[in-house]
This record gives sequence, structure tokens and C-alpha cells, in this order.
Amino acid sequence: MTTRPPEEGVTEQAPTRQRPWSAGLLIGLLCALLGFAFAVQLRTVDSDEGLTSAREEDLARILADLQSRQDRLRSEISEQQALLEQLGSGEDSAAAAIEEARRQAEALAILNGTIAAAGPGVTITIRDPDSTVTSTILLDAVQELRGAGAETMQVNGVRIGMSSALVGDPGEIRIDDVAVEGPYVIVAIGDSQTLATAMQIPGGVEDRVIQVGGNINVVPADRVTVDALRPLEVPEYAEPAPDPDD
Amino acid sequence: MRSVRTGPLIPILGLTAGVAAGIWFDPSVPTALQPYLPIAVVAALDAVFGGVRARLDGIFDAKVFVVSFISNVVVAGLIVFLGDQLGVGAQLSTAVIVVLGIRIFGNVAAIRRHLFRA
Repeated sequence: MTTRPPEEGVTEQAPTRQRPWSAGLLIGLLCALLGFAFAVQLRTVDSDEGLTSAREEDLARILADLQSRQDRLRSEISEQQALLEQLGSGEDSAAAAIEEARRQAEALAILNGTIAAAGPGVTITIRDPDSTVTSTILLDAVQELRGAGAETMQVNGVRIGMSSALVGDPGEIRIDDVAVEGPYVIVAIGDSQTLATAMQIPGGVEDRVIQVGGNINVVPADRVTVDALRPLEVPEYAEPAPDPDD
Repeated sequence: MRSVRTGPLIPILGLTAGVAAGIWFDPSVPTALQPYLPIAVVAALDAVFGGVRARLDGIFDAKVFVVSFISNVVVAGLIVFLGDQLGVGAQLSTAVIVVLGIRIFGNVAAIRRHLFRA
């Protein structure tokens, strides 16, 4: 037999005789402990419970893994969807395509502000007796409404579109080069409750209007009308690119 | 010279009983212990494989097995604990797993030579 460096559980010297029972018991106990820990660990890994105590760097790695997996699955989904569309493009899909295009055109027109729109929403009146409401507050109101899912809106008869700009000093605010004066009336279409709530966020629009000495009145309604229109902005430089799928 | 004969029955019985208890009780590991449990399991596995090998070599000693089992688990846990305190816990636990893994491989190879003469 070749000589080996001594290892755990290996002894080179003659083993000492012990009481076999206690030794066997101890060994059995340790093995039971190992089996117990093994089973428990398997269970822990099985459940997601392990995440709560994982190290930060491990969590980062897990997150990165999941994200790359998500990306793979996403691209798989889009591939499958493209395939599905290809397969579904029979003759009966032509009518559906036209209908879809018309629907999209309408949606875009509402977003662009080229047609009037009506629906549930809110009417917000901001009174500004001392000319202290800044364009930033108004802009915040518009952003907050957009964030809360407002589909289209107008401020004092000026339709807000993709490229609307709110500029100027308090009292001389201009929206898209149209001067607007208080009280500012914002009409927005969307989920009226959500829009109303968005104004009441602590530190949000309502707080700030009151802070500068104005007052604000938010009225949710089942039907409001946004009838101010914006001229369609025809792009000067950009033109539709050919569809890469064709 | 014959070593203390503790038949394979007792460890296997113990292992089975432990696994059964673990599945039956399904305890949740305390959060503070969770990073150490897998390391401890691997360290204990190393000791067990070392014990099996020693038994096949005919030089098994219950005392050495018990001491190596406990010290393996404690030392592995300590290393990882130290690593956690130093901010290199993940790397150190990888290192411990690698070292123990290599030892397990070596022991398993020796066991294989014994069992299959190959």
C-alpha cells in the first residue's frame, strides 16, 4: 500500500479500541445530523426563501441571470408573435388591418390633439390671485396628469401635445406661444379618480399651489370635453423608414 | 489489526433517519444560519467520504471520524463567517466549496478503486 498524507477520517497509527456502542451511536448521530441538514438545505433551496438571506452580490448575480433570461424570453415572444402575424395574414385580415389602422389613426389624432375628444376625466381650476403660480407648477400638473394616464388634455383652451412648452414668468405664462392667464383651467381625459388622486400627492401640485398662495379645485367628472385643437406637425426631416421585416 | 467495527448499518440508518426527519419536520433555517448550512453540509460530506475511504482502507477510527466531522464543519463555517465579516463571504465560500469538492473527488476516487479495483 502506498503511503498517503493523513486525511480526515484516516489515521495512520493503530486505531485504539473504544467502546463500540458509544462510537457507533456518535457516528450514527452525526450522520443523522448530516442527513437532516442536507434535507433541510434541499428544502430551503427549493423554496425561494433562500433569497431573503442571500448575499448582496449573489442577489445581483441572480438578478442579472433572471434579466438575461427575461430578455431571451422576450425576444422569443416577439419572434413567435411575428410568426403568428405572418400565419394569420390571410385575406380576412385585410379588413381587420384597415380597421386597426383607422383605430390607430384615431388614437394618434387624439394624442396629437388634431381632433376633439371626450370622455371621463377631471377639470382642474387653479386660481392665481397674486400671480405666483409658476410655469413649473403648471408643467408639473401636466406631467403629473400624463403620469397618471391622462390621454389628452388642454390648458385654458390650448391643447397639450407631444411638443407643448410651458414657459414664462408667473402671471405671464405662455403655452406654445399663446399667453394664458389665471385662473388656469386644465381639462384632462383619463381615469378620473386616478387623475384626481395624482393632484393630491403630498408635495405634489395641490400642495405647491397652496404653498405659493393660490388655490386649486379638482372636479372629477364622467364626461369632459377636450375640444381645443393643435395643428398637425408634419415632420420636416424625418420620413417613415422601410419596415425591416419586409 | 482490526479497527472498531461499526457496521455500515448505523451510519446509513442515521443518514436515512436524518433525511426523513428533515423532510418530516421541514424546519425553516434561521436567517443568520442560512449562508452557512450548505457549507456545513459539504464539509460534513467531505468527512463522511473520508470516513468511508478509511473504512475501506481498514484504518477507520471512530474518534478521528467524529473529531474530523465536527472540526470540518466548524472550520468551514468559521472561514465563511470571517469572509462575511471581511466582505468577501461569497468568494471565500466558493473557495471552501472548491477545496472540499476536490477532497471529496479524491476520496471518491479512492473508494472507487477499492470497490471496482479500477
